Amino acid sequence: MAKIIDDKPRPTAKDRLNSTVDAVQGSQVWSSIFRPGSIFRKGYTDSPRNRSYVIMNSVLYHLHPVKVKRHAVKVSYTLCLGGLSFFLFILLTVTGIFLMFFYRPEATAAWNDIANLETSVTFGLLVRNMHRWGAHLMVLAVFLHMARVFYHGAYKPPREFNWVIGVILLTLTLLLSFTGYLLPWDQLALWAVAVGTEMMGFTPVFGQEVRFVLLGGAEIGPETLLRWYVLHVLFFPFIIVIFMAIHFWRVRKDGGISGPL
Amino acid sequence: MTEIPEHLLKRAQQAREKAGADTGGEAASGAEPGGGESGGAESGGAASAEESRIPAHLLERSKAARAKGGDAGGEGGGEGGGGGVAVADKVGQVVTAAPGGGGVPVGAGPGGHTQRLLTVVKSGSIQEVKATPVDKVHTWPHLLAAEFVASLACLVFTFLFSIWVNAPLLELANDNFTPNPSKAPWYFMGLQELLAWFHPMIAGVTIPGVALIVLIFAPYIDRNPSNKPEDRKFATSLMTVHLMFWAVLTIVGSFFRGPGFNFVLPWTDGLFFHL
Repeated sequence: MAKIIDDKPRPTAKDRLNSTVDAVQGSQVWSSIFRPGSIFRKGYTDSPRNRSYVIMNSVLYHLHPVKVKRHAVKVSYTLCLGGLSFFLFILLTVTGIFLMFFYRPEATAAWNDIANLETSVTFGLLVRNMHRWGAHLMVLAVFLHMARVFYHGAYKPPREFNWVIGVILLTLTLLLSFTGYLLPWDQLALWAVAVGTEMMGFTPVFGQEVRFVLLGGAEIGPETLLRWYVLHVLFFPFIIVIFMAIHFWRVRKDGGISGPL
Repeated sequence: MTEIPEHLLKRAQQAREKAGADTGGEAASGAEPGGGESGGAESGGAASAEESRIPAHLLERSKAARAKGGDAGGEGGGEGGGGGVAVADKVGQVVTAAPGGGGVPVGAGPGGHTQRLLTVVKSGSIQEVKATPVDKVHTWPHLLAAEFVASLACLVFTFLFSIWVNAPLLELANDNFTPNPSKAPWYFMGLQELLAWFHPMIAGVTIPGVALIVLIFAPYIDRNPSNKPEDRKFATSLMTVHLMFWAVLTIVGSFFRGPGFNFVLPWTDGLFFHL
């Protein structure tokens, strides 16, 4: 009798893998992570229902509706500029966090930290380059996005307010780029910022006061470096994320992107 | 699992309550002891006319029919109140009359009619479809795939560009040595170029300030509702002139300005520009 019981075929590696996958996907941990209806619970086969579930039961639902207007997915309409601006913001956040590990916002240390980053940190030069070029690219992308939106008349009702938010986002992008410009603390950074902030002082009524607060003194100095560092890595990113959230939310609330023309 | 939206549930609940109140009222008026013909019918009719959207001429017709039916009932089975709902009234009458009627099918009218008018619905009173159907596609895969490819292309471009071109790092900042020329970042070069032409108050504050305010309020200034390019020639021309204005200033400031911020030609004097 014992022999007959033992005759059951031994599970193959594939069987064992399958049962492991089943055990994992049946566990409470797994089902607590993925919502009911998530394609990670029930698998994905191409069907209209599952196409909806991909969006509906994932975090992407924050950004996108389940369906969008057919003309809205045409690359020739949007040129992907808004989306790429957002992507570049994420890229800049990731590379920026990397750079923060090797940088001290002190006048005596900043330049050396950058020089060391370039010469003795693995991928340091590459990541710094990507941060720099990504920043210029983002300014360009946001500019072009604004021009695209204008030429499509997409700022017209009901999207007037989202245009206002967009102009604020453009300004914040410029401020983010400009505050980051000072951080390498080299001749280029110092004098570019000196030229830029000089103009600020001519603003009537409060120009000088604002300039003094921003620079932490009458002229650019070590205090300026610390202030602009905090503005660059915390303050402006915080503000811009809030405005981006409102911007993306309004895109959906105002009926998706504009058009067709 | 489909869930019925809450507003539909609420609507159904309201409809049910209203229907209950109506029949209750009608039944009450119908329950009035004999000869309620005139009074009961009048009050019931008035209440329902107030509530329902049934056209007046149909109500009149139904009232007339009810009066006639009431008479018939009085003759046939001694029906009490004529003020009840016409249909219920007649069904009751037929049910009581059926055994005597012989060949008349159960539920048929007094004249042997087998069809009944249940309700009259004015066209458009139940549902008005205002939304015109829009041609839509699924976000996945149509939009997400395009976004993914665009992000990947952008990442690859940035990556390759960063391998080939290094970000500038000049010598350590020095307060005592001003480079000649010293230039702002490229997106502020337009302003710096303006500064070479106008008083700083105008070039640094007034012009960019006005430009920014006009830009912010553009949707409230431009009252033209059309988004067709052929209808917006003025707006697009103005924007193009505006963009060209800054583009030319930025290019001149970036590439055609040398030591002392004097005019130079980049192909003879070299480039005085850092990104």
